[in-house]
Amino acid sequence: MSARGLARHYQVGGGLISATQTLRAVAGLDFDLYPGKTLAVVGESGCGKSTLARMVTFIEEPTLGALTLDGKPVTPADWPDLRSEVQIVFQDPYGSLNPRQRIGTILQEPLVINRPDLPAAEREARARDMLGLVGLRPEHYDRYPHMFSGGQRQRIAVARALMLEPKVLVLDEPVSALDLSIQSAILNLLVDLQERLNLAYLFISHDLSVVRHVADDVIVMYLGRVVEKAPKTLLFDAPKHPYTKALLSATPRADPTGKSERIKLEGELPSPMDIRTGCAFAPRCWKAKDLCRDHAPDLVGETQETACHFPIGPFE
Amino acid sequence: MGEVSIAETSQRPGRLWEFWYYFRENRGAVFGFYIFVAFAFCAAFGPWLALYDPTEQFRNNTLQPPVWSEGGSWAFPLGTDPLGRDMLSRLVAGARYSFFVGVVVVTIAASGGILIGLLSGFAPKWLDSIIMRIMDIILAFPSLLLALVLVAILGPSLTNAMVAIAIVLQPHYVRLTRASVLAERQKDYVTSARVVGAGLPRLMFITVLPNCLAPIIVQGALSFSTAILDAAALGFLGMGAQPPTPEWGTMLAEAREFILRAWWVVTFPGLAILVTVLAINLMGDGLRDALDPKLKRS
Repeated sequence: MSARGLARHYQVGGGLISATQTLRAVAGLDFDLYPGKTLAVVGESGCGKSTLARMVTFIEEPTLGALTLDGKPVTPADWPDLRSEVQIVFQDPYGSLNPRQRIGTILQEPLVINRPDLPAAEREARARDMLGLVGLRPEHYDRYPHMFSGGQRQRIAVARALMLEPKVLVLDEPVSALDLSIQSAILNLLVDLQERLNLAYLFISHDLSVVRHVADDVIVMYLGRVVEKAPKTLLFDAPKHPYTKALLSATPRADPTGKSERIKLEGELPSPMDIRTGCAFAPRCWKAKDLCRDHAPDLVGETQETACHFPIGPFE
Repeated sequence: MGEVSIAETSQRPGRLWEFWYYFRENRGAVFGFYIFVAFAFCAAFGPWLALYDPTEQFRNNTLQPPVWSEGGSWAFPLGTDPLGRDMLSRLVAGARYSFFVGVVVVTIAASGGILIGLLSGFAPKWLDSIIMRIMDIILAFPSLLLALVLVAILGPSLTNAMVAIAIVLQPHYVRLTRASVLAERQKDYVTSARVVGAGLPRLMFITVLPNCLAPIIVQGALSFSTAILDAAALGFLGMGAQPPTPEWGTMLAEAREFILRAWWVVTFPGLAILVTVLAINLMGDGLRDALDPKLKRS
């Protein structure tokens, strides 16, 4: 799956007095997902991560740009056929399972909708197999979601997402609502499933230590734009964009002797409704010059792409 | 702990049994349920239970007091009314009318209200606004007054009274359903259903509606009693069931002038209404507790 120039704008306001304003939640995003690989998207709250997830899972139509799946462009008319290709796991395992349905029903629903020709016995067998695959016991099949813990629920959510045998799985902060010990269990399950089923993951997170654990490539977003895109090791070892560096410096490290060089960013995340010229990060950047305020930088680079006029060099 | 392991190994109990298990936790509800069953039994088999025909007049025994007070006899356990009709037989026969009113009104009001509420919750903003303003207008009228106007237009009869009460009660269902739908629609499981390709009808009726039912069931039980009360009120005002129908409200109206001379003529129909309404309300509460999976223990 790949995306070119993906953008989503919202019209907000527009009462009697105020004019409608355009909110650019996501502006011009390019990425590719490959089977068996994980692309992580990181960024602070409100940078458009969840909007991206909604576009990739065909809930919202991109305002601009296009998604292609297996080389074929995706249009809203194709959405019903492509449901089984892309699935999603949500952040909150308490809200993502229908409280009125038993686990069996929850797991079978994707098949009921998308494979109506499948006999009921076959559906049940597949649901029970899937339950085992995500590490739950067969007797859980008849229970209600409220009888489970957060980690178990997230396993169920993963199982449901995999029922249609998708190629792409969008993970919208799949572990950030869980306990630390459960987080690692779920992450290991996800890594394990990826190897077994050759899935492509779009892993959305704000937790860099989690990203370090699972990602192959990383996209750093700021205000709906990509500021840096690189393979994991390059990005973590030698960030080029000041924002990435600041983000990395904010990750707590389990090394009390290591000197921490926390870069503190001044100011707040600006409203995505203010359309300003120049780099979106310029007001908070310690390296910003006049050029940054007047001209927005393009994403440049070979393996490590950066949108910055003055990228951080290897010896800074 | 022993109980847990038994539950693990034995087969899961049926849904109905499970429902009863949670329902019986609430004693008031069970009490209400028994009264409701007795009420329903009277409604179903009233003509065979009653001692006399509810319209049969015993001219020699007008206004006879109940059996335990002076001048009473076992022939008429709850006394007789001014026309010499047996009170007990009339009350038992009246249960049928009240039950009928409750069932019909709740069915019409709830099915219509839920449907409109669901539509309104999923509709675009303009349609939602139109529906809700219409409901606000209906709600702005005092309910009994509106029902009276409707009955005045349609003509006084029990059927028209039921239609009028159903229309008056409908907006409550619409608002309740819409509010729950709007709250539920935000949740991830609805998005998750959309991602697997659920169409709008499936989303409305299978994904969202079951999660909105708890308050609607309570409203249903409460408006069952409201319907009985309103029908009685309309009957009392002469706009509902017409004499000699042994409807409880109509019975009250007929006996009004004897309040001071013969207390039993007014008290028993009033008590019948009170007990029925109370029982149904108690049952409604228990129903909600039993049907809400979030309140269940695992």
